Order: sequence, then C-alpha cells, then structure tokens
Amino acid sequence: MLVDSVPEQRAEAAPAPPNRRVVRSVGLLVSVAVLLLVAVASVAIGAKELSVAQVWHGLFADSGTYADVVVDERLARTVLGLLAGAALGLSGSVLQALTRNPLADPGLLGLNAGASAAVVTAISFFGVTSLNGYVWFAFLGAAAVGALVWFLGGSRGATPVRLALAGTAISAALYGYLQAVMILDDAALARMRFWTVGSLSSASDETIWQVLPFLAVGTLLALGLARPLNAVAMGDDTAKALGADLNRTRALSMLAATVLCGAATAACGPIVFVGLMVPHVVRSFTGPDLRWIMPYAAILSPVLLLGSDVLGRVVARPSEVQVGIITAIIGGPVFIFLVRRRRTAQL
Amino acid sequence: MAPRGGVRALRGPGGASVRLDVRALVVVVLLMAAAFAASVVLIGTGDFPISSGDVVRTLFGEGTAGQEFIVNELRLPRVLVGLLVGASLGLGGALFQAVSRNPLGSPDVLGLGQGATAGALVMIVLFSGSAAQVTIGALVGGLVTGALIYLLAWKQGVHGYRLVLVGIGVSAVATAVNGYLLTKADFVDAARAVVWMTGTLDGRDWNQVWPLLWLCLLLVPLVLANARGLRMMEMGDDVSHALGVPVERVRMLLLVSAVLLTAAATAAAGPVSFVALTAPQLARRLTRSPGPNLVPSLFMGAALLVTADWAAQRLFGDGQLPVGVVTGVLGGVYLLWLLVTERKAGRI
Repeated sequence: MLVDSVPEQRAEAAPAPPNRRVVRSVGLLVSVAVLLLVAVASVAIGAKELSVAQVWHGLFADSGTYADVVVDERLARTVLGLLAGAALGLSGSVLQALTRNPLADPGLLGLNAGASAAVVTAISFFGVTSLNGYVWFAFLGAAAVGALVWFLGGSRGATPVRLALAGTAISAALYGYLQAVMILDDAALARMRFWTVGSLSSASDETIWQVLPFLAVGTLLALGLARPLNAVAMGDDTAKALGADLNRTRALSMLAATVLCGAATAACGPIVFVGLMVPHVVRSFTGPDLRWIMPYAAILSPVLLLGSDVLGRVVARPSEVQVGIITAIIGGPVFIFLVRRRRTAQL
Repeated sequence: MAPRGGVRALRGPGGASVRLDVRALVVVVLLMAAAFAASVVLIGTGDFPISSGDVVRTLFGEGTAGQEFIVNELRLPRVLVGLLVGASLGLGGALFQAVSRNPLGSPDVLGLGQGATAGALVMIVLFSGSAAQVTIGALVGGLVTGALIYLLAWKQGVHGYRLVLVGIGVSAVATAVNGYLLTKADFVDAARAVVWMTGTLDGRDWNQVWPLLWLCLLLVPLVLANARGLRMMEMGDDVSHALGVPVERVRMLLLVSAVLLTAAATAAAGPVSFVALTAPQLARRLTRSPGPNLVPSLFMGAALLVTADWAAQRLFGDGQLPVGVVTGVLGGVYLLWLLVTERKAGRI
C-alpha cells in the first residue's frame, strides 16, 4: 500500500542506555526459550499426540518405532517452519526499512504474485506435478518479479513509492494471468487452490536442502544491512549526509528480501502477514534500531508461524487447516488492533 | 480561488449563479457516447453477429423478430448489467478515494470485494446455492464487511487513513477464509467459485438489471446532492468543519452509499477488479479537474466495463474467459503507465 512513513520511524536510533540494553538482551533470550517450546510442541502435537519423552526418544535415540517415524515426519515440518518463519520476518524487516513504510510486506513488491504465476505456469504448461518441482519455479518467479520491480521502480533512482507502485502493478497483471489459467485449465485449478493458501504440510528433507543455501545467504545479507538501513530509514538526505551509499543499500536490500521471501514462498507457498506483522510488533518495543528488530523478528516470526501451524493441526482434527489461513486469521485482528492504537496516523 | 480555463459561471437573474466546468461536461458527454457505442458493438458481438446499424434499429423497436429476441432478451440485459455495474463501481470507487483521501482507497483494497466473495463462496461451497442465492450471499457479505470496516475504523470519527488500514486487515482475513473455503470445495464448485471470483457477466438477465437500476436511481441523486460537502472535505476535516460542512454526517452518508453501490455491483457481477480503482483516476486525468469527479467517474466506469467485456469476448472467444481477467490485466498496465508518466513528470 502506498502509505508514507510515520514519524516514529524517522526518529533517530539513539544508543540505548545500558539498562535498556540488558532488558532487550534478556527479552531476546526469553524469545529463544519460547521458540524452543513452540518447536517441541510442533513435534509433539498433531493427529497423534506424543509425550515429551517420546519426542526426546525420536530425536536422540531413533530406533524406528512408530512414534519415532512420526517425530521424523514432524521434524522436517518444524525445521521448515523455523527457517521459513525467520526468512519471512527478516525480509519483512528489510522491506519496511527499505520502503520506509511500516506496512510493507513481500506481497507489496509482487513477490507472491511472481511465485504464484510461475507455479501455475509450471503446472499448466510444463506438466510439473511434484512439490519439489514447484520450488525452483516459485523461486525463479519471485526473483524475476523482484528484478523487474527494481528495474521498473527506476533501479538506481528507486524510491519507496515507485517500488510499491511497480509491485502493485505487476501483481495486478500477474493475478489476472493466474485466474485466466485457473479457469481454462482444470489441472491447474486442482493444484493451485491448495498451493496458494500456504502450508507446511508438504515439508520434506529435500525441500529444506533446496532452499537452505538461499536462506543462509539471504540471512547474512540482511543482518549485514542493519546498520546502513538504519541510516536510510532517516530519509534520503540525512542518510547521504551520514555517508550511507543509498543505491548500494537499496539494491542489496531488494536482493536480500527477494532471496529470503522467494525461498520461503517456494517451500511453503505464499504465507501472508508474518512478514508484515512481526517486524511491526517488534518495532513497538525495540524502537527503530534494525540491529534489534532483525534478531527479534527472526526469532518471533517462527514462533508465530509454528504456533499457527500447531493451532491449524488442532482446530479441525483429524484434518488440518493450512498455516497460511491461520496466520491471516490471527494476524488480521492483531493488525487492526495495532492500527487503532496508533495515536497519530496521518497520510 | 483563481479562475481556471474552461470554468464558466452562468449568472441568472437575482444574483443566482451556476458554476459550469466546460471541460468536465465535454468529457462526460464523450464518455456517455463511448459507453453507448461500446454497448452497441457488444450487443452485436456473439455467435450470431448483428451489425451495429441493425442493433440500433432493433433497440428502437424496428428489427426483425429474430433480432428482437436476441437483442432484447439475450444480450441487452447483459450489457445493461455491465453498464450499471461499471457505473456503480466507478462512482463507489470515486467516493472511497475521496473519503479516504488516498488514490488507492478503492473497494478492492478495502476488502469489500473479498467480503462479498466470502458471502458468495459460503453459498457456492457450503450450500451449492442457486445463482440468486449466491447473489444474496455476496450482497450480505459485502454489507457486513462494509459495516465491520466502518465500526472498526471508528474512533471519535472515521479517519481516511485508518479506514484504509483497517480495510487491509479485514481484507486479509476474508482472503484467508476464501482460500479455506476453496480448498474445502468439491471440484465443480471450486471451478464455479473461481469464475465468480474473477468477475463475469455471463448469463446475466433482466432479474439482475432491475434491482441494480433501482438502487442506482435512488443513490446517485443522493450522492450528487452531497458532493459539495465532499469537495470541501478534500481540504481536511478541520477546514471543512470551519466551512460549515457536517463532516461526520456527510462522510457516513457517502460511505454507506459507496458500500451499497459496490456490494450491489459485486453481487451482480462478482468482484470485477480495478474498475473502481482506475475509473476515478482516468476520469480525473481527462477532466483535469481537482475534486472527486463523481459524474465523470460513473460514466468512465460504465464505458470501461463494457469495453473490457467486449475485449474479453473478442480476444478469447465467447464464454471462455470472464471480463475480470481483462480488467485485472488492464489495471496492471494502467498502474505501469502511471508509474512511467509520473516518473517523467518527476512527481514520484
């Protein structure tokens, strides 16, 4: 959405006083503990309930019992949830800083539309039917749209509004294409209606290994951008005055966000709201410093994603509700609450 | 305010005067002509082509019996639904954009389309409902969503910015519900749902024309009567309050009208994307007039939708792809054009 910056984000990232830093560090440790708990829950809870002892046995003394097999299955799903969640949170943080828009998310730049259009093309025109086959198409689709948005947005002269407008425009055209293919090709509709909601249930070791290198590179790149993006968030002129290389920072941010979100979407389908909401919530207690926002977002996003996944397995037993649906149903109300709470909301 | 070229004031006896924007008037007349021409061509298009001359003759009651049947019973209602839906979406979009003071504040973005879709999908997927039931479901879904967005955005008045953001949140939840319903549907229902979700005029008859026509006849004069207040409100709440506009009352009235128009249009044809977004913007560029451009947007919407339906039939063959595909792609092209021209002009 074309919503311009809010004043709170322009505020300078003042060095935190020592006691605040301690509080933040402790908070980070607590977040890690919560994440571990959710991860264990994600392995233990499902159509078949496992005790913590069974989970432990399956993880560290695998002897091929039925419970151990269940643990193996759920482990892949949990690991993918951890990785994809962290990637979505990080790419959201980067995009919000890059576009100076607290509501930016990967959908805004057309990455989801690109991935979806590529997957529907793969199904309809190349006859790809395996989920592992989709991964590369989805990733290439997201990457191609990322590059196109960057180019149309003016590459070196890209501004937040131009990038958002280019992303919205490309999304619109691609969704038109997507719907046309789904109407004309029954096979595409049969598969796409499950892919587009976003799910972790198809996770396998193979998927994880396919996307892992991209996630690793993207994460390192994103973390390295924290400091320059802090400067960019203060406005172009201030950033220049502070010696930040605007063009290089923008190009690298776009690259990092595309790689992270593209890989996550390739593995799980388009999952909305995690990348939008978590950095937004995190910012409300860390302040605008990306060096704190990023680690918090990378830890709390998987908490939301895995928590939603567990919830989706529980609410409609023995069937399950896809994680992308749960994140939106939880995320929507939280988002509205945040919007209502904000004091000054000027366009 | 400095006088602008093309704006005339007609002065009558006793000091009465009417402000007349010549350019806007010309644009409205041209758009009406375009909508009429596109309608005539669209009526003539199909498995049994009829020349434009014959279409016009038949419309005035001078055609053969066969032509009378095809035009009046089969194709005219479809075109009328298209015109009315386009007009409602154009006017509704202009109202939303003016009230939210955001060029992206269209019903697509605010989630009205998604809410109406949720209502329709419940009918299609859970009840395998008839066309009439789907229409009612969509209408209820759209109205409930509109009320929900208004209530959730209310906090000592409805601020345009908050309205857009709350709309985005509601829209995301509705999208998730729609995705879930689609995964739960059996295949035939899913195929029907996807066509409905894209927006289509296929199979529309007189039953859809009348309710839409009455609603437009009721709401359009009401909206235009309050347009003066809307013009003031574009300057901000405080200024318009000082100028004597009852801001919250006018805003509520116009929003309710916009929701009704959009929900009725969506119920009749599905959530046809981008007409509500682009019609007001294109109208504004043609009239070069600031302000909400309500009447030009209305006719622009009608002309756009009928032209897009004709293009869908000509490009893909009869009954192959619905009009929503064309408006979606057109919307994307329009935004790209906007991007390029605004960049050249150095505005963004």
